[in-house]
Amino acid sequence: MKQGKLEKKRQPRLEKVAGNGLLSRRHLLGLGLGGAGLAMSQAVMGQDAGLKLEIPGWSKTPGPGPSAYGSASSHVGLERQSGFGNPLYPGGGASRSPLQHLQGTITPNNLHFERHHAGVPDIDPAGHKLVINGLVRQPLVFDYEDLLKYTMVSRIYFLECSGNSGALLYGGNPDGTAQSLHGLVSCAEWTGIPISTLLEEAGVLPEARWIAAVGADAASMGRSVPLNKAMDDSMLALFQNGEPVRPEQGYPMRLFNPGWEGNTSVKWLTQIKVTREPAQFRDETSKYTDTMPDRKSLQFTFPMDVKSLITSPSGQMTVARNGVYRVNGIAWSGSGSIRRVEVSADGGSTWADALIDSQQLDKALTRFSIPWQWDGSPAVLQSRATDSTGNVQPTREAVIAAKGTINRYHNPCIQSWGVSPSGEVTNVYV
Amino acid sequence: MYTSRKLISALALAGFCSAVFVSSAQESVRLGTPVSEADLAGFDLIAEPSGAGFPSGSGTAAQGKAIFESRCAACHGLNGEGNSAATIIVGGDMQSEESPLRTVGSYWPYASTVFDFIRRAMPADAPKSLNDEEAYQVAAYVLYLNGLVGENEVLNAETLPQVRMPNADGFIDQSDIQ
Ligand code: HEC
Repeated sequence: MKQGKLEKKRQPRLEKVAGNGLLSRRHLLGLGLGGAGLAMSQAVMGQDAGLKLEIPGWSKTPGPGPSAYGSASSHVGLERQSGFGNPLYPGGGASRSPLQHLQGTITPNNLHFERHHAGVPDIDPAGHKLVINGLVRQPLVFDYEDLLKYTMVSRIYFLECSGNSGALLYGGNPDGTAQSLHGLVSCAEWTGIPISTLLEEAGVLPEARWIAAVGADAASMGRSVPLNKAMDDSMLALFQNGEPVRPEQGYPMRLFNPGWEGNTSVKWLTQIKVTREPAQFRDETSKYTDTMPDRKSLQFTFPMDVKSLITSPSGQMTVARNGVYRVNGIAWSGSGSIRRVEVSADGGSTWADALIDSQQLDKALTRFSIPWQWDGSPAVLQSRATDSTGNVQPTREAVIAAKGTINRYHNPCIQSWGVSPSGEVTNVYV
Repeated sequence: MYTSRKLISALALAGFCSAVFVSSAQESVRLGTPVSEADLAGFDLIAEPSGAGFPSGSGTAAQGKAIFESRCAACHGLNGEGNSAATIIVGGDMQSEESPLRTVGSYWPYASTVFDFIRRAMPADAPKSLNDEEAYQVAAYVLYLNGLVGENEVLNAETLPQVRMPNADGFIDQSDIQ
């Protein structure tokens, strides 16, 4: 009853911008339409005027002092999610970032997604070498300590496995979460040496067109990268969010190809061979190739497409009760920055522009949000991103029409989250 | 007082200048150590479709059978039929009605990749435990199981990369899209 009265008072102040309760992003900025911000916090937090506050116990006892290497609060249990280990695939597998519990745009190092083909090697940097050979004037070997003396650059970039979101193509997993369906994307500040610096030191010969990059893991995982990318923005990444790259991310050094399918950013990098033709490694022929309905397969599909995803509310969450919510999520593109994100609450019939909450960096995660007033009727929440080159994120239907379902790589499709009258959020196909 | 303050600021300035000097010197740091391709022979495992990078040695499927059965079959099955989707290495048909099974025989465009991958990554429980001779032999056996070479065909640096793969024309290079 009380709720109804409040709703009635607020209703006229809220500016509806699309079907099924989407409100103007201006409410999030606190611009005009005074009172909407208040309505939001009351509806979401359910503040009770009769609350009596007391000083909590932790304000009465000194806590432990400084620590050598910090950890998350014991009250925060964020974890990567991975499948069970398979003894017939030693060290192989993936783990996914808990996207629905993260905010902002930077993935903490502990929670950056992983994909390994033969486990994480325990590399002593003193024994690690980086070799540059092949079509160069002078083959060279670099030591870790020496590499630390080079001029470095720092850039914030997303990294996404090209198998991310692949499950949506075959339509499974109604129980999926943002993490289980899309958690093979993360974003960090990477610091390292432009690959061009090292290639120039070795002296690339005129006939060179590719580099073959090889890791020091047990699979000696290799990928070929066109020389023009390597000379453009590829990096030998030595630091991740300010600390040495984590073992799961390639310690002591990895290749990083901004905007490109994650597997090309070879971890534990130990060799760059400059070549005329691609090496045709297993992971660029048997895997990471995209078979089309006509049975021809696309090879070297490098840039990751423009994409976005609502992370809250998302699969397996519950929208507690009627009210105004901050719907928010992440958007990214391998071809540039995010120019625009639109949100729909009615399965794509009508759309409204979301607010961009973060910096809009090139090839980095971008956070968006929009207020949404849920009245308890069924809803389908979607987001659709547009990047700086004008590419617009496609529907699932459009992806399947164009590329079929044999292929499971490079699926950028719009994610639909259904909200039931009881508030349960699930992965749905519309 | 006046002099010492002046001295301090002169020192501070000198410190600042030398810091700038060091960082511009770093732009031209060149700390790679020269190495010869010959010295990299045991390190560089890349075996290319052109035949570049293949080691000396040779092998036949007949010689590779015993190695496959003892070192590979536990995970890939005695005939390469696998024990999970990831370990099926024989069979499949790219033109099948259903979603095609993609294996070495049905999908891989280059025979060189069979040798390159086995030498660098297999057996998965002990990668790089085969010598070059054994890698030729077992690669020959995998190609033989797929019906692509004869049992006694000798595969070496010259002949192995030339084995014709059924799906060799099945790929479209997209590398110009960046
Ligand atoms: C401990 C289990 C295991 C053993 C032993 C093993 N493999 Fe594998 N093999 C795997 C797994 C798992 C994969 C898939 C790896 C991946 O996808 O990253 C694989 C992949 C392969 C592939 C590529 C399959 C494809 O379609 O991409 C070939 C070829 C292969 N193995 C050959 C061999 C040979 C030859 C041996 C013996 C010398 C061997 N394997 C021993 C587990 C094993």
